[in-house]
Amino acid sequence: MIANHSISDSRVSLPSLEQIVQVLTLEEYNTRVVVLGVMALGTAAGLVGTFLILRRRALTADALSHATLPGIAIAFMVMVALGGEGKNLLGLLIGAFVFGCIGVLAILGIRHTTRLKDDAAIGIVLSVLFGLGLCLLRIATELPNGNTAGLNGFIFGKAASMVANDALTMGVVALGVAIVIGILRKEWTLLCFDEKFGAVQGWPMLWLDVLLMAMVAIVTVIALQSVGLVLAVAMLIIPATSARYWTTKISSMLIAAAIIGCLSGWLGGITSALIPRMPTGPIIVLICGFWFIFSFIVGPVDGLIIRQITRLRLNRRISMQHILRAMWEVSEDTETSQFSIEEIVYVRSWSKRTVSKLLRRCEKLHFATRVSAKNWRLTQKGSAEASRVVRNHRLWEVYLITHADIAPTHVDRDADMIEHVLGRDLVAKLELLLETPALPKSPHPVGEQQ
Amino acid sequence: MKVEAGHSPTSPVSIHDLTVAYNRKPVLWDVDLDIPEGKLIAIVGPNGAGKSTLIKAVMDLVPKASGKVMIYGNTFKKQRKLVSYVPQRESVDWDFPIDALGVVTMGRYSRIGWCKPVRKIDYKRAMDALERVGMSDYARRQISQLSGGQQQRVFLARALAQDSTIYFMDEPFASVDAATEKAIVKVLSDLRSSGKTVVVVHHDLQTVREYFSHVILLNMRVVAHGRVEDIFTEENLKKTYGGRLTLLSEAVERMARH
Repeated sequence: MIANHSISDSRVSLPSLEQIVQVLTLEEYNTRVVVLGVMALGTAAGLVGTFLILRRRALTADALSHATLPGIAIAFMVMVALGGEGKNLLGLLIGAFVFGCIGVLAILGIRHTTRLKDDAAIGIVLSVLFGLGLCLLRIATELPNGNTAGLNGFIFGKAASMVANDALTMGVVALGVAIVIGILRKEWTLLCFDEKFGAVQGWPMLWLDVLLMAMVAIVTVIALQSVGLVLAVAMLIIPATSARYWTTKISSMLIAAAIIGCLSGWLGGITSALIPRMPTGPIIVLICGFWFIFSFIVGPVDGLIIRQITRLRLNRRISMQHILRAMWEVSEDTETSQFSIEEIVYVRSWSKRTVSKLLRRCEKLHFATRVSAKNWRLTQKGSAEASRVVRNHRLWEVYLITHADIAPTHVDRDADMIEHVLGRDLVAKLELLLETPALPKSPHPVGEQQ
Repeated sequence: MKVEAGHSPTSPVSIHDLTVAYNRKPVLWDVDLDIPEGKLIAIVGPNGAGKSTLIKAVMDLVPKASGKVMIYGNTFKKQRKLVSYVPQRESVDWDFPIDALGVVTMGRYSRIGWCKPVRKIDYKRAMDALERVGMSDYARRQISQLSGGQQQRVFLARALAQDSTIYFMDEPFASVDAATEKAIVKVLSDLRSSGKTVVVVHHDLQTVREYFSHVILLNMRVVAHGRVEDIFTEENLKKTYGGRLTLLSEAVERMARH
């Protein structure tokens, strides 16, 4: 058994192989309840979170989850006053839901009646209601008949207190969320992309918005028990944000967010089962965070690596075009069409090493060949490519001088920056506009640039 | 301008004594006019003249302080199926995970109805609309990958896919490339020849004569409206853009302060 630890035991021991197998196969009842429950929660949160992110309401959801605390405390007190024990979970969650909604309404109220911006409104509502909740919780513990033990668990989550019914509730909610999203995908897409357009078409945008926030509130409330209200918002935001790095389509973003949320729940659940006394909620959130960093780095849509590769490719193309132009311009006026590395170094601000490196690459691509120990020559293929590059460069220079009022002395730098991204269609337009001969002369003496 | 007593029930858009205010600051005063059917109408005026507000008020997007608007003799609520809207391009987030075809299909949503998926016929209509603005090659392109002008054409295609009778366009010509400008002009003349009414918020005085048949000169109130050749005169433009309104705007400022 792995759940058998005394409170004073503060060692974090490594699990044995047997324990790992036991946890992975969900053999143990408590583990099974927690893991399946948080997997369902992660799926639901990923789905709803996608629309939450696209609607730019991430922080509103944070305020919502903090605002649930006074609801929990008040529900407890009401149930005690009515003669109950006060710990009815459904009663507590209804209180949480009601106050979560009050929090959202308060934000909307502040936004519409004052000049305050969203962030200030959210900050006020979040902190005031959370503070109120902490005070009410304190008062609740003073009540004579109530047993408040465990109420604090809602703040940081206490997955261990989950029973089979809770996991079942999470599963039902996840299924419900999936169904509602399946039905309203089109409508919510319209809400998130272009609310005004939808309103003109006659869609009840306000009610679609209310429904979306209600779904967010429901998911937040079922997350309270396991993840806790402080971190609940992470489950909504992080899987959806990570999913954005993998796709540019809303349907696949929903699927990706659901998978990431579900996986985080699974990994978080089993990790906290393997490492005793590790709180489940924070671990799930940490794993979400790991997915985010992973997606942000390797994701194919705007991920860090893909951005670097694109940048390096462009840089490489630019230096290639530069060396070709340099070779062409250096040999343009000579009889022999030969040039040395020193001559290239003289016209460009590169080091000798960079030039030899670039020349070697040119050789590989059959753009240039070495004719003697010191001298190089453009090949036929290289010549053709270089004259095209030079031509684009000069067309652009002439355009800048004649149409953009740039002094000839400044032209070379500006031409350099843009010419590398000129497409064939733009070059054709330039030709038409300038009615220039096949190869315009350079507007400034070649070789004087630094 | 004289306030007309009678409005025509056959006018596509009939505006009666419309006043709109933001935070107690009036932006439109007593606008009262009938928009003629089957014409290309430009709304022209300086910044802050309430051009966008006027079309938004017609479509119930901003609350009216007073007055009413009739679409073919009935309220907008009852006639909204007849109306297409092309919002300003900046009004949405173009990083949204959707492709051009997806945006254009939104023009079909109200025909599809609640909770039903997009049908084949809707995709076909959306493709036709993209074709009309010269964007069919970009149907599957993610919208953030499109240039500003191409994004504008996608918005236009979305309105075309609705296939309605009255079109409201908010600055469709704002900072677009030559190809887009040409495409929009072509669409406008197509719409006119099929009898549609098109109301365009327009900022470029140079092209008003060339693109439009009618004009509404607006500066918080309607300075003049009618056929371009009658109304688009230097004198009226001076009235619209000139300094004569300083008293009015000062009054507005004071109202807002009190």
